[in-house]
Amino acid sequence: MSAISPTASVRRSAARPLDYLRSHIGAWGLIAALLALPVYYGVRDLTHGYTNFVNGHEVVHHDLSLLGFNLVEGLSNGAIWALIAIGYTLVYGIIELINFAHGDVFTMGSFTSVSLWGAFGLTAATGPLGLILGLALTLVISMLVCGSLNLLIERVAYRPLRNAPKLAPLITAIGFSFILQNTGLLWKGGEETGVADLIDQGDKVFNISGVTVHRADILAICVMVPLVIALNWFVSRTAPGRAMRATAQDPEAARLMGINVDHTISLAFMLGGMLAGAAGLVYAMYETNIWYFQGFQAGLIAFTAAVMGGIGNIRGAVLGGLLIGCVQQLSDFRIGPEWTEAVVFGYLILVMILRPRGLLGEETREAG
Amino acid sequence: MSELQAQLQEWRDRILARVPGAPAWLGGRWSRVIAACGMAFAIALPFFFSSTNGFINATVVSIAYVVMALGLNVVVGFAGLLDLGYVAFYAFGAYSVGWFGSGFFFDAHVNVLSSAAPGAIGVHLNFVLILVCAVIITSIAGVLIGLPTLRLRGDYIAIVTLAFGEIIGTFAVNGQNIQLGGGETLTAGNLGISALDLPYFPGLGKFGLLNVRPWYFLILVIAFIVIFVAIRIRDSRLGRAWIALREDEVAAVSMGIPLVRTKLLAYAIGAAFGGISGVFLGDFDQTVNAGQFQFSFSVFVLAMVIVGGLGSVWGSVMGALLLSYMNYYLIPDVLNSLPHTFGLNFDLTDLNIGIFGFLLVIVMVLRPQGLFPERRRRMELSGEVAPEHPELGEATAGGVTA
Repeated sequence: MSAISPTASVRRSAARPLDYLRSHIGAWGLIAALLALPVYYGVRDLTHGYTNFVNGHEVVHHDLSLLGFNLVEGLSNGAIWALIAIGYTLVYGIIELINFAHGDVFTMGSFTSVSLWGAFGLTAATGPLGLILGLALTLVISMLVCGSLNLLIERVAYRPLRNAPKLAPLITAIGFSFILQNTGLLWKGGEETGVADLIDQGDKVFNISGVTVHRADILAICVMVPLVIALNWFVSRTAPGRAMRATAQDPEAARLMGINVDHTISLAFMLGGMLAGAAGLVYAMYETNIWYFQGFQAGLIAFTAAVMGGIGNIRGAVLGGLLIGCVQQLSDFRIGPEWTEAVVFGYLILVMILRPRGLLGEETREAG
Repeated sequence: MSELQAQLQEWRDRILARVPGAPAWLGGRWSRVIAACGMAFAIALPFFFSSTNGFINATVVSIAYVVMALGLNVVVGFAGLLDLGYVAFYAFGAYSVGWFGSGFFFDAHVNVLSSAAPGAIGVHLNFVLILVCAVIITSIAGVLIGLPTLRLRGDYIAIVTLAFGEIIGTFAVNGQNIQLGGGETLTAGNLGISALDLPYFPGLGKFGLLNVRPWYFLILVIAFIVIFVAIRIRDSRLGRAWIALREDEVAAVSMGIPLVRTKLLAYAIGAAFGGISGVFLGDFDQTVNAGQFQFSFSVFVLAMVIVGGLGSVWGSVMGALLLSYMNYYLIPDVLNSLPHTFGLNFDLTDLNIGIFGFLLVIVMVLRPQGLFPERRRRMELSGEVAPEHPELGEATAGGVTA
């Protein structure tokens, strides 16, 4: 990705106060902005306290456990966004395309998973061994389905437009997004559908000084962390991973070095789709309901996360996903869910003003 | 795919070779004749249909989208600033008519040349005054949204504008809980502001809800003015500055083009067009409902501009007509009944968005530069030289790569 502003002379001629502000506030301002919400509500909890109900009685607490609970929920929710965000970041890093259909590939992951549960006969009553085997198989199949789907979309809608004007693939991406939404609409209908709560996701696993951790939180983290480690290993240690990084840096030079650029781009789409498939399974188990339109909102949030972390950077996408998850959870819980979208996008604008490269953007493009 | 494109290109060239050149008093080109015929056709069109016809209804909406698309084309096509939050200006335009042309502010009693009864509650301004208000509000909004994007590059602009569009959408939904004092709220949220004043022009009388024709001519006049303005701006000093910035920001700035002012003017003018269309659409729909201001609207208008041909005025017009007819007439009214005509018991209603998406993919894969690409871009892609500057042929022939 080229530098944001080409020369110093242009920079000086335009919006000088803003640049002055940016150079002095920069990353620290962004970190301060990100800490603002948790610190504010932490101090509020300590000074004003918060109420909750214990055995039907209203009890006022003056501690940080509610904040801790919000953050745990935020991190686990953010783990899902992180998995989707990686897909955006991989694709953007290599071909600089905002893959609008990615959110809907994630929806397809949820739908495939839920249908597979039906096919395997998994219900809330299934024993632990069967459940683990069934879910592992579902995860693998869902990842393969979504990876192939993303691959197919790339082949049909983006590859023919490789040399076209830059905005043309954006429109085919939107077109495929509509097609996938319609597929989802025909598949499960237009209403939000509840699905079997296979793992009893709201069950408390353990409790550290008043912060309860539920099964769903464990699940989200346990799926996300190994996948991200595996992806990081793949991208940084294997030959195809190196090819991806090379293509992201300079497609033309990579081609001259004998890298098959088309295959590499397909690989990036495949990997992104697979992670979206995994996220789809986790989402279905976490939220216990699915909707053909879920990918739209999730896609926007995950895209925000990818940008916040520094688009083109895998670690950045994970960090961005987790942060957005926390912001979203705090906003849902404290400000009101109807304002969450405005809060999340407000943060996005703040990032763009203070640090357009994103949090980890100054590192060279990892996987693009 | 490329064989197909080459074939299409060949047919096009063969047909064009047979068309005789236009006489000199037309500037040697037929485009003005075609434009004049198009205008005459547009003026005559409603007289072939009844005044309540569904097709004319769809046409009114389509022409309003033409105005929208022309506005977005100023920002995305001329100035090259990818705007994914255009819905914000639709919202501001529509709320202008909601705020200043209905009984929404129940404490106020303002009536300026409107069709409302004297002394009616609410603010009631004449339709033209509402348009002026909308232009002012949306221009300011456009500049405010543009400010943080000044230092950003292509896709980052898209992200910031997208974020602004979504935030304004959220405010529209939640505005019913934002108190302005005295029990007044900012918006009516998803309930919508309804019973908007119908346009009223002294001497012409008040518009009706059932008779579509006056609405048709109103939006047609607006569209003609906007098309004219768009063409004149494109060819003006400002328009050339936009195109220069789009092509190479560094070179343009070092040639003395004021970056901040030029970019902000693009946002302001694009926003103003969107606001004008927003006022009309809000009034025509007779409701200003927060549910209308979704991200998909921005995407819809952007698709019109790109399908039509980025940066091309007539491309935007045709793209807007094509996609909105597809969405508001062809798919719901024509295609849905098609299976029944062939005796199939099958309903296409559930497939609407899928068909729309499929058509978008097909159009873009077959014609990535858009249906009617801008002349400058067409020449750039094919290495053609403008007829009025044959001497440029030498210079460009070597450097142009398709």
